[in-house]
Amino acid sequence: MSSKYDVVVIGGGHNGLVNAAYLAKAGKKVVVVERRYVLGGAAVTEEVFPGFKFSVASYVVSLLRPEIIRELDLPRHGLEILPLDGTFTPMHGNYLWRVNDHAKTLREIARHSKVDAEAYDEYGKAMVEMGRFVKPILGMTPPDPTALNLRGIQDLLFLGRRFQKLPYNDQYNQVQLLTMSAVDFLDQWFETDVLKATMSASGIIGTFLGVRSPGTAYVLLHHYMGEIDGAFRSWGFARGGTGAISNSIGSAARELGVEIRTEAPVAKILMTGGQAKGVVLENGDEILADVVSSSLDPRLTFIKMVGKEHLPDDFVEDVNRYKFRGSSGKVNLALDGLPDFTCLPGPGRHLRGAISISPSVEYMERAYDDAKYGRYSRRPYIDMVIPTLTDPSVAPPGKHILSCFVQYAPYHLKEGTWNEKREEFGDTVVDTISEYAPNLKKLILHRQVLTPLDIEEKFGLTEGNIFQGELTLEQLFFLRPAPGWAQYRTPVRNLYMCGSATHPGGGIMGAPGLNAAQMILADWKRGRI
Amino acid sequence: MPIGTAFHDRTLALCESLNYREWAGYYTVSAYETHHEHEYNAIRNAAALIDITPLYKYRLTGPDATRLVDRVVTRNMQKIKVGQVIYTPWCDEKGKVIDDGTVSRLAENTYRWTAADPNLRWIHQNAIGLNVSIEDISEKVAALALQGPTSGRLLKGIAEADITNLKYFHVTTGSIAGIPVEISRTGYTGDLGYEIWMAWDQAKRVWDVLMEHGCAFDIHPTGMLALDVARIEAGLLLIEVDFNSSKKAVIESQKYSPFELGLGRLVNLDKARFVGQDALSAEQKRGHAREIVGLEIDWGSIERVYEQVGLPPVMPAAASRVAVPVYKGGSQVGKATSTTWSPALKKLIALATINRENAKLGSELEMEMTVEAVRHRVRATVVKTPFFNPKRKTAVPLEG
Repeated sequence: MSSKYDVVVIGGGHNGLVNAAYLAKAGKKVVVVERRYVLGGAAVTEEVFPGFKFSVASYVVSLLRPEIIRELDLPRHGLEILPLDGTFTPMHGNYLWRVNDHAKTLREIARHSKVDAEAYDEYGKAMVEMGRFVKPILGMTPPDPTALNLRGIQDLLFLGRRFQKLPYNDQYNQVQLLTMSAVDFLDQWFETDVLKATMSASGIIGTFLGVRSPGTAYVLLHHYMGEIDGAFRSWGFARGGTGAISNSIGSAARELGVEIRTEAPVAKILMTGGQAKGVVLENGDEILADVVSSSLDPRLTFIKMVGKEHLPDDFVEDVNRYKFRGSSGKVNLALDGLPDFTCLPGPGRHLRGAISISPSVEYMERAYDDAKYGRYSRRPYIDMVIPTLTDPSVAPPGKHILSCFVQYAPYHLKEGTWNEKREEFGDTVVDTISEYAPNLKKLILHRQVLTPLDIEEKFGLTEGNIFQGELTLEQLFFLRPAPGWAQYRTPVRNLYMCGSATHPGGGIMGAPGLNAAQMILADWKRGRI
Repeated sequence: MPIGTAFHDRTLALCESLNYREWAGYYTVSAYETHHEHEYNAIRNAAALIDITPLYKYRLTGPDATRLVDRVVTRNMQKIKVGQVIYTPWCDEKGKVIDDGTVSRLAENTYRWTAADPNLRWIHQNAIGLNVSIEDISEKVAALALQGPTSGRLLKGIAEADITNLKYFHVTTGSIAGIPVEISRTGYTGDLGYEIWMAWDQAKRVWDVLMEHGCAFDIHPTGMLALDVARIEAGLLLIEVDFNSSKKAVIESQKYSPFELGLGRLVNLDKARFVGQDALSAEQKRGHAREIVGLEIDWGSIERVYEQVGLPPVMPAAASRVAVPVYKGGSQVGKATSTTWSPALKKLIALATINRENAKLGSELEMEMTVEAVRHRVRATVVKTPFFNPKRKTAVPLEG
């Protein structure tokens, strides 16, 4: 069986779907092929246990580009984003609680340090300034500094001018952000250890680096660029779990005429005369298309589906060197009630935001130490949310979900395999949380443990890296995923990349899918396709 | 100085922000928390409990009760069956709206009438010669709105009443914790929701039971700031904001006819005589001069206005009740009276009074927006209301 399309998009994650929707919007005939039975990739909701709808992998949203929400009219397709209010860091005998109530947050920080309370606003303002500086870069095809065309020069000039417009101290900050460690960067503002520990945590998410490793400051900013309803750095839940985001994009794509096939794993990208001509599914079906747009990471796209024999050697080397280094796991718990934290007992509003197990900078660094030597953290950093307190639609009445993002869990273990260690890892997570909320174990009805290996196998994220490759400086902007190939194009004619492994990277952002669609459409106009 | 409603002890204990306002002489919570986002979220995603006791409430009984209501309101009461609730405007002799509210037919000859303003005198004036008794029950009956997607399941678990099959804009009698209540499937949010009517002196017990059992359904006591956002999304009008009562209007242009409110479908000119009938008949033939419509404001145009001064666009979380001019080309064609960022739709929306020639769906207009004390104009399009209209609002039987 064969059929002919303008574009076949590999992978029905949020980026693949955004890519397909925009291509169809421009009049192209598009088919999306998804390996799993369900859309969303890592942005997926699954009823793992009856009545409990888990955001199995990705669990909060902030970065989804507002223009995508508007242009695809996602609210009409079911997208609702609910507030995720603040961050609660339990400690032994104390806590830190930042919340969407400015006076209360400052009072809370002042309890730890009065000067930090003052610095907090200054820091927030500086980060918003820098977030705004970076924002247009998200929608930009990275210019290649070694081969500048007019457009690339214009883009660099635009950035240069914007940089000059930043207040001078923010110019310094920007350079520091790109070079410093998250903790060193935060040291410039704050003295409270727990505050720095919790804030630095967003600098390590999805990387195999510690809070004191240079370069982690940038990832802080990556987490500050999100905006919801025009408010920078706000985070939220999607009603019905993160899968609802993918489903809304899928629904918009279908309305625009995109055909979506699930349970349609791709075996190979069809190559003829050095050009991509379509895909071959594992069941042998061929889908012919003028363009193949892959939302998978470069290792899967090129090494597995194209084949080294069709690629230049130096490119193959770059792809092989591209760092995944998955460093996190996920534990999803179905609970019979709410965890009760010793340091702030009872149910309360501190439970409805993020709950961060990051009690000190030393704790965070020690968690990394374990990982450096090939084992998961004995006491990991855990970022938890209880979505059921904001979105009762995902669990039966009175029951709750505790979603735990866990770092570090290195993909490569020194001893044993992840299949042997899975439950032991789950126990470590539950034990760690129980040190702060002793009633947790009694509440657990069901437990789902995802190791980096599970993340790789279930979601096709190589080495379990949640961002399709680390968000480190040497893998960003015009270097993502490989030098010379950061413009969504590839060495294979008519093959494009549109996933998180391209600029501007991971998170439920949609920008790679959108930017890639624009590049494909521009190439069509130029007659390259 | 306002006084407390039947639930004041309860709301005061929960209202951390102490952010109250006055509504019909009563203390009413604006927001329980510092920020109303969770209360808004409860309306759209869980269950919101709102004290609506300050509504004016009248009970009409007697053989001519139907005739009386029919004589005052613009809708045809002969078609309203026992157990039905209607939303309707009522007018003065000139066909200008005095007020709007709901009328519930509780029994063959018994109605409960709610209003935003006091209407006892007006109802009495129209009852001359009719065999009907009119009682102001505003201070005897307390009322709670329970709104949101989980409200039905919560109510089903605690109310002795057929909640599952209760249709939109219908009312049933029953009890909660042994206390007699009337439950109507009505509200001011455009979502699935109910209003619960009960005796003032037993009301607190009903509140307590709702809050206790509501925990599993994520119930949130909710104030007026969140309600205001929801009602604009639902395209529901607010008196003294989107229009004025003809009794309070100082100049003619402050008065609105039902046609101008966009409520022409609620005017039954061919029914028996009612107040304002001749004027409304004439207006229908003549055509109304202006109309309240929905506006959707173009985001790109907002961004550009902010970008000009180097600011990121920031939308206030609360709805604005400040009227702003709306233009077409060079000239003003109306005013936007309620404006809000809609968290559900991710759009800036407004209810606006627009000259009829520009009030058609799809009409491209401009709305004034002030940034850093400089006036700008941003693009706005006339769209259909309700802006937000989920299926669950009217679904029967209840989902889930």
